[in-house]
Amino acid sequence: MKRFSLLSAVLLLACLSVCGCAGGTDGLKDSAAQGSDTLIVLNYGKYLDETVIRMFEEETGIDVKLEEYESPEEMYTKFKAGSIAYDVVCTSEYMVERLISEGEANEIDFSRFTYYKNLDPDIIDATKTFDPETKYALPYFYGTLGILYNTTMVSPEKVTTWNVLWDETYRDSIIMQNSVRDTFVPALRLSGSDINTENPDELTAAADLLIRQKPIVYAYYVDETADEMAAGNAAMALVYSGEAAYAKELNEDLDYSVPKEGSNLWIDSWFIPKSCKNQENAEKFLDFLCRADTAMLNFEYVWYGTPNLKVKEALDEDTLADATIFPTPEILADCEVFRQSGPDTTALYSYLWKKLKSE
Amino acid sequence: MRRLMRQLLAGPYIVWIIGFILLPVAVILYYAFTSDTGGFTLENIAAIADPVHVKSIVLSLKLGFSCTLVCLLLAYPLAMILSSFKFRHQSFVVFLFILPMWMNFMLRILSWRLLLSNNGLINTFLERAGIGHVKMLNTPASVVFGMVYDFLPFMILPIYNSMARIKDDIIEAAKDLGASHLTILVKIIVPLTLSGIISGIIMVFVPTLTSFVISDLLGGGKVLLIGNVIEQEFMQGTNWNLGSGLSVVLMIFVIASMALMNIFDKDGGAAVW
Repeated sequence: MKRFSLLSAVLLLACLSVCGCAGGTDGLKDSAAQGSDTLIVLNYGKYLDETVIRMFEEETGIDVKLEEYESPEEMYTKFKAGSIAYDVVCTSEYMVERLISEGEANEIDFSRFTYYKNLDPDIIDATKTFDPETKYALPYFYGTLGILYNTTMVSPEKVTTWNVLWDETYRDSIIMQNSVRDTFVPALRLSGSDINTENPDELTAAADLLIRQKPIVYAYYVDETADEMAAGNAAMALVYSGEAAYAKELNEDLDYSVPKEGSNLWIDSWFIPKSCKNQENAEKFLDFLCRADTAMLNFEYVWYGTPNLKVKEALDEDTLADATIFPTPEILADCEVFRQSGPDTTALYSYLWKKLKSE
Repeated sequence: MRRLMRQLLAGPYIVWIIGFILLPVAVILYYAFTSDTGGFTLENIAAIADPVHVKSIVLSLKLGFSCTLVCLLLAYPLAMILSSFKFRHQSFVVFLFILPMWMNFMLRILSWRLLLSNNGLINTFLERAGIGHVKMLNTPASVVFGMVYDFLPFMILPIYNSMARIKDDIIEAAKDLGASHLTILVKIIVPLTLSGIISGIIMVFVPTLTSFVISDLLGGGKVLLIGNVIEQEFMQGTNWNLGSGLSVVLMIFVIASMALMNIFDKDGGAAVW
């Protein structure tokens, strides 16, 4: 009797889960049925002006569902889980590269675009590092990795080199990034290595440099960096230019510099995944984002470097001269785009990171 | 029929146990003993011997011990005071100690970060008072502090409960027989509250050993506990096999510490369990 009741409970559970799954697929079928006039967009949080979405819906009659995420790795997990059929996705270039290599991206027919020519050919050229034939990715925003510093504590000429991050005078007031690849950039560049090196000796040497730096580091932060810098809790921080622009708005003593040894150039890009239900609508949406007025709305919403030349034409000189938003050609010449590293290098990175953190 | 009905009442709990305890543990065990190609391996378990992992588990144990000790030293006298003074609003005072638990613990830790930071309230005060700037945030000490702050109620409650159960008659009898205060404490109160102490220790030590959020927030990414290593393997390294292997090792540590505590707990059935 007892066994019977346990069995029935298990059966009940099985029943419930089957029903649950069935409900789930029903939901999917719903979205598939609407496929023709619904577009599911996956993007970073706060990375697209809602007005632009409303405009797109009004002009085309296509219903847009916006899904957001925090980190590229989270996006990858969400995307790979496959429970939602995304139509168009925006993410960091190395993640786009990974998904292209996994065969997850559809080719985009840019000849059908009306506004593709608005984009800066130099930036499109830069996307060749992860999309050699420029047929999968559409650049959205770009920027650099550099040092955000407090001008009341550090003089501008000091932050022209990554060496300043190893300077004892700033003990306990240096913030590094709490993510592996970014924090390795200064160390790799100082020891003369390429930021995409897969040479274990070079990576180990860079890790040793970082271990030597750790005692003077205040903290390894990601999202907290801008607020900590604005509060004056640290003198310098390794940040992305987008974060720097935000921090500068909070505290006018802050400034941003990309050291002369060179750094990382990031290009967040759109791609159309294999799960896309309506390629034409997805392309329509991407084309819409390249239009001068919508690109301007998005630029004013996020304040990152935009590859849209029409937007740049309309901007005033001060904004254009702000190297935090638009890195100068000289800066860009020394910057490189991250490449997705091989599995062995990824594992080594992960191990060296743990080693650094446990010191 | 009525028996069947009564057994059905256990249904939700059985579903819970299978779905949220047994199944996840089975999945963790599966990952722990397989490599990324799916073959059987002990590598993920043996990985604990790696110097980096040894360092982080030793640090976890060290911080766990310090936090538990501080909690015990704070909670025991407090529970004694609470239960010995029979003032009118005793239950209100106990309520005050539980009150912080009404707020999300992340929020409380985040506010400590504001207080402890370089330009925080405490440092501003210290500088005004002429003591000078003290580096507090992002050190192992600040992590222990945060843990103590978060877990202290878990130590106070079981000890207080077992202490409140001691009848006044017993203490009075001891006094009549000429026992000194110290003798009463050592020979009567401590043995009678032992089960409370032990469940308090377990309820503080186990979560500190496995925690990773507090060390992340108050350690500024500079304090790597075994919980952080596991988190990293799952979230960034995406090596679920290694993460599971280390989780299994950590589970062994937790079970061992609980077994050790149970040896001391002779009457069995600690106050909260």
